[in-house]
Amino acid sequence: MITAGIDIGSITTKAAVIAEGKIRGTRVIFTGYNAEQAGTKVYEELLKELGVKKSDVGKVVSTGYGRNSVKFMDKAMTEIICHGAGAYYLNPRIRSVIDIGGQDSKAIVLDEKGKVKNFAMNDKCAAGTGRFLEVMARALEVDLDGFGTLSLRAGDPSRISSLCTVFAESEVISLISKGEKRENIIAGIHESIAARIAAMTNRLRIAPLVVMTGGVAKNIGVVKALERKIEMAVEVSEYAQVNGAIGAAILATGLK
Amino acid sequence: MNKMPEIVLFFLAKIKKLALHFKKRKKMKEIMMVYYMEAKSARISGRKVAWITSGGPVEPLIAMDVIPVYPENHGAMIGASKMGTDLCEKSESMGYSSDLCSYARSDIACATVNGGPIGGLPRPDMLVCCNNICGTVLKWYEVQARYFNVPLFIFDTPFCHTGYSEEVQRYVRRQLDEYVLFLEKACGRKMDSDHLKAVGKLSLEGQRLWQAVLATAANSPAPMTAFDAFYHLALIVTLRGTPLVIDYYTQLLEKMKDRVARGIGAIPNEKYRLLWDNIPIWPRTRWLSEKLASHNACLVADTYTSAWCGTTKYIDENNFFDSMAEAYTRIYLNIGVDEMARTVLEMVDMYKVDGIVMHSNRSCKPYSLGQYDIQKIVEKERGIPCLMIEADMVDERSFSESQVSTRIDAFMEIIKQRKGD
Repeated sequence: MITAGIDIGSITTKAAVIAEGKIRGTRVIFTGYNAEQAGTKVYEELLKELGVKKSDVGKVVSTGYGRNSVKFMDKAMTEIICHGAGAYYLNPRIRSVIDIGGQDSKAIVLDEKGKVKNFAMNDKCAAGTGRFLEVMARALEVDLDGFGTLSLRAGDPSRISSLCTVFAESEVISLISKGEKRENIIAGIHESIAARIAAMTNRLRIAPLVVMTGGVAKNIGVVKALERKIEMAVEVSEYAQVNGAIGAAILATGLK
Repeated sequence: MNKMPEIVLFFLAKIKKLALHFKKRKKMKEIMMVYYMEAKSARISGRKVAWITSGGPVEPLIAMDVIPVYPENHGAMIGASKMGTDLCEKSESMGYSSDLCSYARSDIACATVNGGPIGGLPRPDMLVCCNNICGTVLKWYEVQARYFNVPLFIFDTPFCHTGYSEEVQRYVRRQLDEYVLFLEKACGRKMDSDHLKAVGKLSLEGQRLWQAVLATAANSPAPMTAFDAFYHLALIVTLRGTPLVIDYYTQLLEKMKDRVARGIGAIPNEKYRLLWDNIPIWPRTRWLSEKLASHNACLVADTYTSAWCGTTKYIDENNFFDSMAEAYTRIYLNIGVDEMARTVLEMVDMYKVDGIVMHSNRSCKPYSLGQYDIQKIVEKERGIPCLMIEADMVDERSFSESQVSTRIDAFMEIIKQRKGD
């Protein structure tokens, strides 16, 4: 059976197609203004690329903040259960998932069968999310893709103490005006995100293996900072950003 | 002149319509309306009005024929009518911090503009502040005592981490005497101790009835939800110690027992049973109840409404006055986290719940402080999941619908998965 998962996030929209238990293809686009349009577009583009007809797809599960905005899905499920399913599918030894997305971050604990045992999400605040990094990248005039590698060169990470994105941005601006090195500031930003996430994972008492998913997992600086804070190795798969969409497609196979 | 009869007819029709409406609403609105009308016309009828905290000892007031009025109950009304944000902003422009409790903010602002759903509370003749629910009430009542220039009685109940000592009993009991003296001075007459005894009996009976009403939700399907309890709660808070409360809850109990006997559930298809912790998110109770019902989940019990009947075990029926010292000191918010967790575990067992929904209430620190610990204890002892929702009881600016919605959906997915659905 062919199934599809669509993950409509606040920044990007992802699609994944699974056929007979194997990943056939994935795709990522920007969500933009219209979540429904983004969901439809990414799905159609991916099917076209793979040469799969809509009628060949058995079931579709949508997830992410825009999960209820598309009409063609068979079921909408939350990111928590989809990220859990995706991570477990990619590596059944995974017991904890840390997902940092555009507007929220979450920690998920799985049992041996891949079922969600418990989860925690960030409070109503953008600190420790992808959006936080975007705001900081703008203030530092650095491309977000360069963030990770730049931060690894930091000698002495700056201290970003504010918990609020807006105030943290002004903290960063004052560090820039003091002539602080870019890589130190970026490393400081990563530390502050890692501290936020660690508070959440400690509460949940996560267990190894830990995998990080979501777009922010592409940032090696955050991954390294997180490993130091939680004192555990953090895996990142090549499918990190589309992990939720893959999980949705996996869960779609179980739908009747 | 010709128009007069028409107007009279119009109003008669209105009153008739209202009366019919009240019958359907099980009289609660009518009782509350009469209660507030009486309180507002107290000056004309020559009675006195006292503002009192929600956990305060109200029985001596009832015995002295003083009308008790509850700023916190008023705060809940303001929240439920979605008027809280405006009033909170008003208090912030007066100079109060947005970190201050939203009941306090809306009450302080309301007093100056007579706003809110009932045009403000009636002017108090005295204030009675009991700190068994929080420390904020001390400053809040001091502010109001200055604003209205009326006497304030502070009833200090030491925090009871575990147990209850002889010293605490002596300290609190002595304040009850001072309280009576305060009331006698404010009212200009002596307390009738026989009447106080009778009021105490009625209060205890009311609390037991309220407990019995709540306990009917232990049945499956539950004949009422915690959302219903939030509604019916008003009387045990505001009028305990009066016969009205007994009549109302006796009727309600019969109704619930009848529903149980006939197997009628509060929600159409109860599959999952949940426990609620903390004060309701008043402006969002309807949204939340619909959201949970869409998952076939029923809030069968809560730690909040049961707080008004949680200390009956400390009350001596034949010596209400002496024993109320302990009952008022050992309420849910004035005990240590371990004791709170024990209460929660008892409720988990009694109501057979599948999970706990905790409201981390930005306004109420004493209620929200130990929640993560209670969560850990419950997860360890009973292995059921807990959901944490961050919001506020009145201030809508602290509520984010899509985030709360995702958390509830995910929580329900976990519960369904666990139950193999």
